[in-house]
Amino acid sequence: MTNSISEIAGAELLFLIGTNTTEAHPVIGYKIRQAVRRGAKLIVADPRRIELAEEADYWLRLQPGTDIPLLNGLMHIIIKEELYDKTFVAERTENFEALKKTVEKYPPAYVSRLTGVPVEDLYAVARLYATTDKAMIFYTLGITEHVCGTSNVMSIANLAMLTGHVGRPSTGVNPLRGQNNVQGACDMGALPNVFPGYQRVTDPAVRARFQEAWGVSLPAEVGLMLPEMFDKANAGEIKAMYILGENPVLTDPNSNHIRSGLEKLEFLVVHELFLTETAEYADVVLPAASFAETDGTFTNTERRVQRVRKAIEPLTGKTNWQIIMALSTKMGYPMHYRNTEEIFAEMASLTPSYAGINYSRIDKEGIQWPCPTPDHPGTPYLHAGSFTRGKGLFQAIDHIPPAELPDREYPFLLSTGRILYHYNVTTPYSTGIRSLWSQEYAEVNPDDAARLGVETGSKVKVISRRGEVVTRVQVTDRVPPGVIWMSFHYRETPTNVLTSYAVDPISKTGEYKVCAVKIEKII
Amino acid sequence: MGLIQLQIDGKKVEVPAGTTVLEAAEQTGIHIPRLCHDPELSPWGGCRLCIVEIEGMRNLPASCVTRVAPGMVVRTDSPAVVEARRAILELLLANHPLDCLTCEKNGECKLAEYCYVYGVKESPFRGEKHNYAVEDSNPFIIRDQNKCILCGKCVRACAEITGKNNLDFAYRGFNTRVSTFGNSSLLESDCVFCGNCVSVCPTGALMEKQMQNKARRWELKRVKTTCPFCGTGCNFDLCVKDGKIVGVASNPDSVVNGRALCIKGRFGWDFIYSDKRLKTPLIKRNGEFVPASWDEALDLVASRLREIKGKYGPGSFAALSSARCTNEENYLFQKFVRAVMGTNNVDHCART
Repeated sequence: MTNSISEIAGAELLFLIGTNTTEAHPVIGYKIRQAVRRGAKLIVADPRRIELAEEADYWLRLQPGTDIPLLNGLMHIIIKEELYDKTFVAERTENFEALKKTVEKYPPAYVSRLTGVPVEDLYAVARLYATTDKAMIFYTLGITEHVCGTSNVMSIANLAMLTGHVGRPSTGVNPLRGQNNVQGACDMGALPNVFPGYQRVTDPAVRARFQEAWGVSLPAEVGLMLPEMFDKANAGEIKAMYILGENPVLTDPNSNHIRSGLEKLEFLVVHELFLTETAEYADVVLPAASFAETDGTFTNTERRVQRVRKAIEPLTGKTNWQIIMALSTKMGYPMHYRNTEEIFAEMASLTPSYAGINYSRIDKEGIQWPCPTPDHPGTPYLHAGSFTRGKGLFQAIDHIPPAELPDREYPFLLSTGRILYHYNVTTPYSTGIRSLWSQEYAEVNPDDAARLGVETGSKVKVISRRGEVVTRVQVTDRVPPGVIWMSFHYRETPTNVLTSYAVDPISKTGEYKVCAVKIEKII
Repeated sequence: MGLIQLQIDGKKVEVPAGTTVLEAAEQTGIHIPRLCHDPELSPWGGCRLCIVEIEGMRNLPASCVTRVAPGMVVRTDSPAVVEARRAILELLLANHPLDCLTCEKNGECKLAEYCYVYGVKESPFRGEKHNYAVEDSNPFIIRDQNKCILCGKCVRACAEITGKNNLDFAYRGFNTRVSTFGNSSLLESDCVFCGNCVSVCPTGALMEKQMQNKARRWELKRVKTTCPFCGTGCNFDLCVKDGKIVGVASNPDSVVNGRALCIKGRFGWDFIYSDKRLKTPLIKRNGEFVPASWDEALDLVASRLREIKGKYGPGSFAALSSARCTNEENYLFQKFVRAVMGTNNVDHCART
C-alpha cells in the first residue's frame, strides 16, 4: 500500500477494483464500510455482487478481464473533459502524450460495449474520482491474477497519476497483500532476482556487499520464478526442491502440471505443518512450527513490521529457523544465531529500508518501512515528493483479453477466490470452521441454474481443458449469467485442477480469474 | 479548538472543547466506573454507572455523554453519586444469575468488579428473573442472555466496527433483549462470527466457546502477536495456560485493528492443535512415510542435496519459501539457498 490502513478514515472516496475486501481482508473491509457510512463515496468495480457493492455509490459490474478498457475509458473522459491534474502531470510525470494517444481510442460507447458498464456510469465515476481531493484506490488479486496483471496494475497507476491521486495522506494506490507475510517474504529477498530490500542480484556492488557479509561467493544470474521451476521440473532440469510452508498442488494454477513436475524430481523436501497434497510427493518431510511457536516479525500490507511472539514451545521441538540453521551447518556452512533478534539485526544491517528497525523499537508498535535510520519514524505513505524512479512514467496500455474465454464447447467463465470463512488451505484444519464450512459451493447465476436444471445443493462436475472437479452449487445472483465462481480451499474440490495455464509474461502470475469450463449435472 | 477549564474532584483540568466529562476525568487520572461506554464505540449513556455530580445541575448526569463546559465543578465520588451507583448495581443484580463461582467471565467481569468496589453483595429487590435458554449451537460464541445487562455494546460493535448491523434491541421493558433479525440463532442470522461483540461484552453474556472450562481468566498468560492469516496485520493476544493456547483475545493496543478481528483471527487458531499436525520428521521408504529423528532426516537432506548439487550443478536445485513464515525464516531460507546451494532459484507464492 502506498497509504496506511488508518488513512482510510480520512479518505473522501474509495475506489475498489478487484478486491472483495470484507471477505479477503475483513478488518480493512470494516474500515472501508465505516468510512462510507461516515460519508465517503464508494466505487466498486467487480463482476460479482460482493458485499461492498451493496453499499457502493456506483457498482461497475464489468465483464471479467476488461479492467484495462474500463480504466482507459475513465481516463479518456477525464482527459476529454480536462479534469486531470495538470500541475501534477507536468511536474511529477512523463510520457503523458503517449497515454493520451492510447486512451483516445477508448471512447465511452466502445468501453461500455467491451465492459458492460453503462455509459452514464463511466461519466459519473470518471468525474467523481477526478474531482475528489482525497481518493484511495484499492485492488488485489482481481487485478493481478490475469494474463495482463502487470498491465492492469500499471493502468491503475496511470489513473492515479493522471488525477494527482498519489503521494498524500488518504490519497494513493493500495494493493492489499493476500498472506500475512507476503510483503515480508518479498522484502526478505525470497525472490529469484533480488536480495533483501529489492537489491538486485545482478548488481555487482550489491553482490559484493552480501558476499562480504556472508563470506561466500554468490551467483550472479537471476534465478527461476515459481512457474518456471515447475516447467523445468517437468523437463527434467530441476532435480531437487525444498518447499517451505507452501502447498502448490492445491493453490497453484493448472495443478496437474505441478503434480507431474513434483513426480519427476529426484529429491523433494517439504517443510510443513501438515501432510499436505504437496508433502505427499516428498522424500523427506520436516515438521514445521506454527506462528504461535516462534519469535520473529511479519510485515503487513501497509509495510508495517510487527512482532510475532512465541506463546508455546514448538510442538515438534524445533522452530523453523533452527531447522534451516541445523541443515546449513550440516552442509558445511555453519549458522549460529541464538535468537531471531540476531537474525533480524543481520538482515537489517544489509537492507537499507529496514536499517532503522530493531526489536526494541517495535516492541509496542510496528514501524512502516522505509525506515533507514534508528531515529527515523517510519513512512506512513509513499511517493510524497517524488517516485522511486524520480518522475512517474505513464504507460500506454491497450486491452489484452484473457487467454481463454468461453466458447461453444466450454461455455462458462470460471473465476476463483477466497471466502470469508477460510484462509487458503490452513483453516480447513480448524475444527470449528471446518464444522460449518466444509465443502465447496460454486456460485451459479439463477438463469444458468435453470438451464442446467440445478438448484442450491445440487452436485455438478466442472470441466476445463485441464481437468475436472466435483462440487455442489449455490444459486445466486452474486455472479452474472455465464460466470461460475469457486474458492480453492477444499482438498475434496481442488479448483486449481481447472484453472488456466496462462500467466502474466512479467510477473508469471497465473490467470486464476478467468478460464473456460463446462458444467455437467450429476444425477 | 479552544481549551476549557474545569474542576474535577478538586483538581484543575484543562481540556479541548467537546471533550466529555468522563474523558476529562480520565486525562486527570480519575477513573469513572462505566459499563456501556467504550472509546471505540459511539457514546450511549445507557447504563448510568458513570453518573457524576456537577454543581448547578439538577440531576446526576452521565459523564460519558456530558460535554465539559467552562468553570464546571465535577465530583465523581460524592455520597450522592456513590449511593446512586450502588442502586444501579443492585437493580442490575436483581435480574442477574449469581453463579459467579463457575462463570467463565469470573476475573474479567465488569459487573462483578464494580459490585466489589461498591460492596454490593446481593440485590434488595426481589422480582422476576429471566430464564432464557443458553445459545451454544455454533462452535464459536456462547450467548447467555440471562447475564446480559443491556449495555448495548454488542449492538454498537456489530454496527460500528463490523458494520453488519446483525444485532439490535427487541421487545420492551423487562423483556427487552438483544436480538438478531427475527430472533433467530446466530448461526441462522447474518452473523459472520467475527466475535467483536464478545470482545466488548462486560459480563458473561457473550463468551468464546473455545475457552469454556479451559482456564480461569486470571490464570491466562497473554502473549501479544500478529495474526497469521491475511496481510492486514491485526494484532491480538494468544491466551496461554500451562503451556497450551486456549484462545485468542483482542488487545486494544493494536495499532492496525484495535479490538476488531475476523472469524479466522479470533477462532481459526485451533489448527495449531489439529491432530493432523506433523509431530516428527518423516522419511519415505518404499513409498511409505516412516517417522525419523531430526538428525536422521536432516543428515539425509544434507547428503542428498550435496550429492545432487555435485552431480548436476547448483542450477538443478530450486526452493520455495513461504509467505506464511516470518521475516527471519524467509531471510535465513533465501540465505541458505544462495549461500549454501549457490543458486538464486528461490521464490514464493507472491506471484501465484
